[in-house]
Amino acid sequence: MVEIWHGLTRAIGLIISLDPEVMEIAGRSLMISVTSAILASLLCLPLGSLIHFHRFPGRRFLINLIQTFFSIPTVAVGLFVFVLFSRAGPLGGLDLLFTPVVMVLGQMILITPILLGLTISALSGVDRAILDTAWSLGASGLQTAMVVMKEARFAVVAAVIMGFGRAISEVGIALMVGGNIKGFTRVITTAISLETSKGDLELSMALGIILISIALVVNVLLNRIQQR
Amino acid sequence: MKRIIYCVLSAFILFSLLIGTIGCAAPPKQRLRVATTTSLYDTGLWGYLEPVFEEKYSVELDVMYAGTGKALEYGRRGDVDIIAVHSKAREEEFVAEGYGVRRVPFAYNYFLIVGPAADPAGIKGLSPEEAFKKMMTTGNGGFVSRGDDSGTHSKEKAIWKEAGYDYETVRGAGGWYVEAGSGMGPTLMMASEKQAYTLTDMGTYLAYKGKLELVPVVDRGDILLNVYSAIAVNPEKVPGVKIDMADNLISFLTSSEIQELISDYGVGEYGLQLFIPCAGAEPE
Repeated sequence: MVEIWHGLTRAIGLIISLDPEVMEIAGRSLMISVTSAILASLLCLPLGSLIHFHRFPGRRFLINLIQTFFSIPTVAVGLFVFVLFSRAGPLGGLDLLFTPVVMVLGQMILITPILLGLTISALSGVDRAILDTAWSLGASGLQTAMVVMKEARFAVVAAVIMGFGRAISEVGIALMVGGNIKGFTRVITTAISLETSKGDLELSMALGIILISIALVVNVLLNRIQQR
Repeated sequence: MKRIIYCVLSAFILFSLLIGTIGCAAPPKQRLRVATTTSLYDTGLWGYLEPVFEEKYSVELDVMYAGTGKALEYGRRGDVDIIAVHSKAREEEFVAEGYGVRRVPFAYNYFLIVGPAADPAGIKGLSPEEAFKKMMTTGNGGFVSRGDDSGTHSKEKAIWKEAGYDYETVRGAGGWYVEAGSGMGPTLMMASEKQAYTLTDMGTYLAYKGKLELVPVVDRGDILLNVYSAIAVNPEKVPGVKIDMADNLISFLTSSEIQELISDYGVGEYGLQLFIPCAGAEPE
């Protein structure tokens, strides 16, 4: 129990002293997860609304599939991406394994189902009347979609927050395809994993607190957009 | 709505610029990847040698933490350029299959069996084979195995074999035998928590000693010799590996200057030599 208190004091100490190693891995965690969240959002928000607004055979099955992948284990995604980008694998020539770039790609794959599924769910929650009104006022397909999206913005931003949260907190992908290389691909979650296994519980606790603090700051920022 | 789009778009552009500038800050240095056994990594030796090597050859050294089995697999797949492990039989197989160029031993130390001071199985002072036999027959005291196909794990299996047991029998022997599936450091932590025995290399044990409640119990026996070798991955069989820089690392490790650094590593802190250098030659 005393580790939690020591962890808290150590965390404050590390933040105030701007400990270079901790700042480096925190910055990397943030950069990788924010990049993957933004890129995945740019892909999934339009795609999600496309799926929502159009009827096509297999649509229900697709939505079911997307929701199933909410629970995909991060190590499974990590393994898949590893096999894909390993030098012995199909995309090995790109030489991306054990770099931050492949970590971003892996996290994008991880959070795509969440962003897609929750966007569709958010759009479904919008009153049908809005859609009909826009349509009857002569709005084009795109304009209608934008209006409905605007109505659903609270839930859509919640989806993005959720996606970011899942990305920054995952270990499986970062460990498997990043390799936890000191000074290059080490992030907060993999550092916690390493320090815990080495027995330095205090440092692990401190890193955990720092991670949650980062998530808090990002959330406050996104919340401002959400509440507009 | 427009505001959100502008915010997101500007953030995206900002980050692309960020990634771009970070990438263009300096001419990208070559990266050499070495997969090393966890027991070598946990002693901190690589952390010690890494900056020296990086400075000398102007290259970024990426040290991957992996058990011997995983390191060999990375080597076969070409995901690393060189491996530094400690399982002679499997290293020779790796070279024989054509994946490795040549096996170059660069340091050695000894394994030892550590355990609780109370010694519930009464194995203190026995030979490793006899100790294992006694643990198996009495079932007193627990044993935490690496269970991860590592060099240490291979050595453990070899001792069980010398003691006259088939490894599968040992695995099913009872709740006292536990497979950690972890690196050396974490396995030692687990054994300490459970107050059980485990096989460890001298280097990692000394590095972790302050955090453990375990003492050396069996430390004599020819079978306990632990040789670390470096093997460059063969570019003829695995295209794309950086053989020139890998050869540089091997020369570096066997150079007299670094051999001396390896020899001195940890002596001041632990009062004992963690590694004995052997510059390419096979120790007895």
